[in-house]
Parts: sequence; C-alpha cells; structure tokens
Amino acid sequence: MHQTFEAALEINLLHANQEGAEHNREHFDQWGITCFNVMSSPGAGKTELLEKTLSALNSELKMAVIEGDMTTELDAERLRQYNVPVIAINTGRSCHLDSKMVAGGIHTFSHQYSPQDFDLIFVENVGNLVCPAEFEVGEHAKVALLSITEGEDKPLKYPIMFQEADCLLITKTDLAPYLDVDIDRIADNVRQMNPNVTIISVSAKTGEGLEAWFNWVQTQVKARLSRDEKQFTLP
Amino acid sequence: MHETDMTKALILTVKDWYESQPEKPTITKIYLIVGKFTCVEPVSLQFAFEVQTRNTFLAGVELVIRETPLIAFCHQCQQEYQPQMGLQYACPDCHSPMDDIRSGRELKIDRIEYSSLITKNN
Ligand SMILES: Nc1nc2c(ncn2[C@@H]2O[C@H](COP(=O)(O)OP(=O)(O)OP(=O)(O)O)[C@@H](O)[C@H]2O)c(=O)[nH]1
Ligand SMILES: [Mg+2]
Ligand SMILES: [Zn+2]
Repeated sequence: MHQTFEAALEINLLHANQEGAEHNREHFDQWGITCFNVMSSPGAGKTELLEKTLSALNSELKMAVIEGDMTTELDAERLRQYNVPVIAINTGRSCHLDSKMVAGGIHTFSHQYSPQDFDLIFVENVGNLVCPAEFEVGEHAKVALLSITEGEDKPLKYPIMFQEADCLLITKTDLAPYLDVDIDRIADNVRQMNPNVTIISVSAKTGEGLEAWFNWVQTQVKARLSRDEKQFTLP
Repeated sequence: MHETDMTKALILTVKDWYESQPEKPTITKIYLIVGKFTCVEPVSLQFAFEVQTRNTFLAGVELVIRETPLIAFCHQCQQEYQPQMGLQYACPDCHSPMDDIRSGRELKIDRIEYSSLITKNN
C-alpha cells in the first residue's frame, strides 16, 4: 500500500554557494588579503573606478582584480595597463558571479602569483542590479555603485544590493549639471534600508571624491591586517 | 537568469536527499519558502523547475511556493511593520531606517512530500 509522508528539509537554496564563499574567504584570510565585491548595474563605472584606484594606490597596496566580464576580455584589458594581475573568469551567460566561479579565479591566481604578497583583491561582478547581491563570493565587504544617471528611485526599486552594501559610491557626479537629480535623495533612499552604509559621491572623470574612496579602501585593509596580527600574536 | 541557478541548487539538494533514502520514494511535492525581499521571482522559478526536471526523477513533481512578506521591526516604536516595497522602507510612524528584517529574506526548501510502498514502522 502507498502511503504519503513528509520529510522536513529546511535547507537554504543558497547553501552550497555560501559554503563555497566561506571557503574562498578562508583562503583570503590565510593570505592576509582583503576582498571587495564590486557591484552595480551595467555601465555605472566599475571598471573606470578600478582603473583610478589601481593607478592611485599602486605604490601603497599590492592589488589584483578578478574580472567577471560576461563575454569579452575588454574590461580585463583596460585594467591590465596598470601592471596588476587581472584574472578574467568566464561567466558564460550567467547574470552574476557565484562562489564557484570566483574559486576558479582564485585557483588560477594562486598558481600564477604568490598570493601571500598581496593585500587586496577586487572582484568586478557582472553588471546587474538584481542578482549579484544574493550570491556571496567570499568578499569581506560589498561595494555598490549607482551612477546619478540611473535615477533616485533605483535603490527603492532594486533594494537588495543597496541594503547589503558596506560602501555605496554615487558615481559620475560630474554629470549633475546636465541632469535633474537630487544626490542627497539617493543617499537618503539608501540609508532608509541600510543606516550603517558608508556613502561617497565620486566622479572618476574629475577625481572629485576619489580621495575619500581611497581612504575607505585603505582603512578597510589596515583594519583587517591589524586584526590578523592580533590573532597571530595571541598565545 | 538566477532562477536557473536556484533551481539547480534545489534539484541537487533534493537529489541528495532522494539518494540517501533506501526505498527510493516517489516524490510528489516540494515545498519552498521564498521571501518577498529576495531576487527570486516565483513564476520564473516554477518555469525553470518544470524545464529542468523534464525526463528526470522529478518530472511532474509539484513545486509549492509559499511567499513570505517583508516584515521589519522598529526598535524605536517597539513594533513590527510591513515596508512598502519599491516606495518606502523606513518605519511609517517614526521614520527610523529599516535595520531589523524579521521576514522576507527566506529562500529555502521547507519539506518534501513523498509516497512510499513500505510503511515507516516496520
Ligand atoms: N562622465 C563620466 N563618465 C564616466 C564616469 N565613470 C565612468 N564613466 C563612463 O561610463 C561608461 C561605463 O563605465 P565602465 O567603467 O565601463 O562601467 P562598468 O560598470 O565597468 O560597466 P560594465 O562592466 O559593462 O557593467 C564609460 O564610457 C565610462 O567612461 C564618470 O565619473 N563620469
Ligand atoms: Mg566593467
Ligand atoms: Zn518606528
């Protein structure tokens, strides 16, 4: 006779991805590397920001980039000019990076370079406002970009990424004179759902605000390093 | 679409469970809980599930999705509220930011319904 039963599973759908992300983070921690997951809609200025950052901080930090450009090597080529390792990972047609893809990038990186010499890895995610925020890749902090051309309402309409961000960069502020945009309102809309986020307005074009961003980056890296040293010196 | 990935994860998890069962039961329903404050669209998930399970041991299995609303707790007012998604997330009474989400972020397989020839207690 057939009988009906129920089995309780209560398993998170993202369980496997989260485990992979924790594994990646353990590698970064072992090597003393801080990792940022850089996310935004297509064209908000991720690669441009990374170009400016690599160029400005090159003498102070040893950096690398894991590049999640979907189909081309275009972004990776732009970043290679700065003489830092750029690992392009093939995301196929996926609309976001997941921890497994990034694990592949970490694997390549650790075979070609000495990871313990590095301080900071940027992961440039696939341009997409919706999905990347759900898939942790092993980062220590999430950096979200929103360009002022996208409109003040985007954080309200696509809240997850903004709710999860540790740092929000409001980009392309040089375009403000040509637009009818209220930058304070963008910031208010994000703070409604994420009161602890650091918000910095920047223009990669004029350089406005970039100094504050560089400081944030350096503070994060130093905070991790001193924390790690403490761990090592504990009896 | 990320629903494709979610569906893959779902199928793998259910497959693990299925293979751990000695009597290989017939799965009839899978119950999911999907929060409104996630990037997952139930309709897309249903569609992806149907497509990806064709000609597998899960073909024809019903996917039952329960959506949970976004509910936040305001510590200032000591009360729960339902933010108006897309419009406002701060507390409607005191305008404190949303900083304590109590429901709406769930993405999980709750339970599986199956039928089996063998009774459980022999
Ligand atoms: N005016 C202005 N344009 C900018 C700024 N930052 C980036 N751009 C331009 O915006 C366009 C997109 O910039 P990218 O850096 O490629 O954007 P992205 O986020 O990396 O794009 P995807 O990787 O394709 O998602 C380019 O034409 C940049 O030159 C800025 O601060 N001001
Ligand atoms: Mg780019
Ligand atoms: Zn309140």
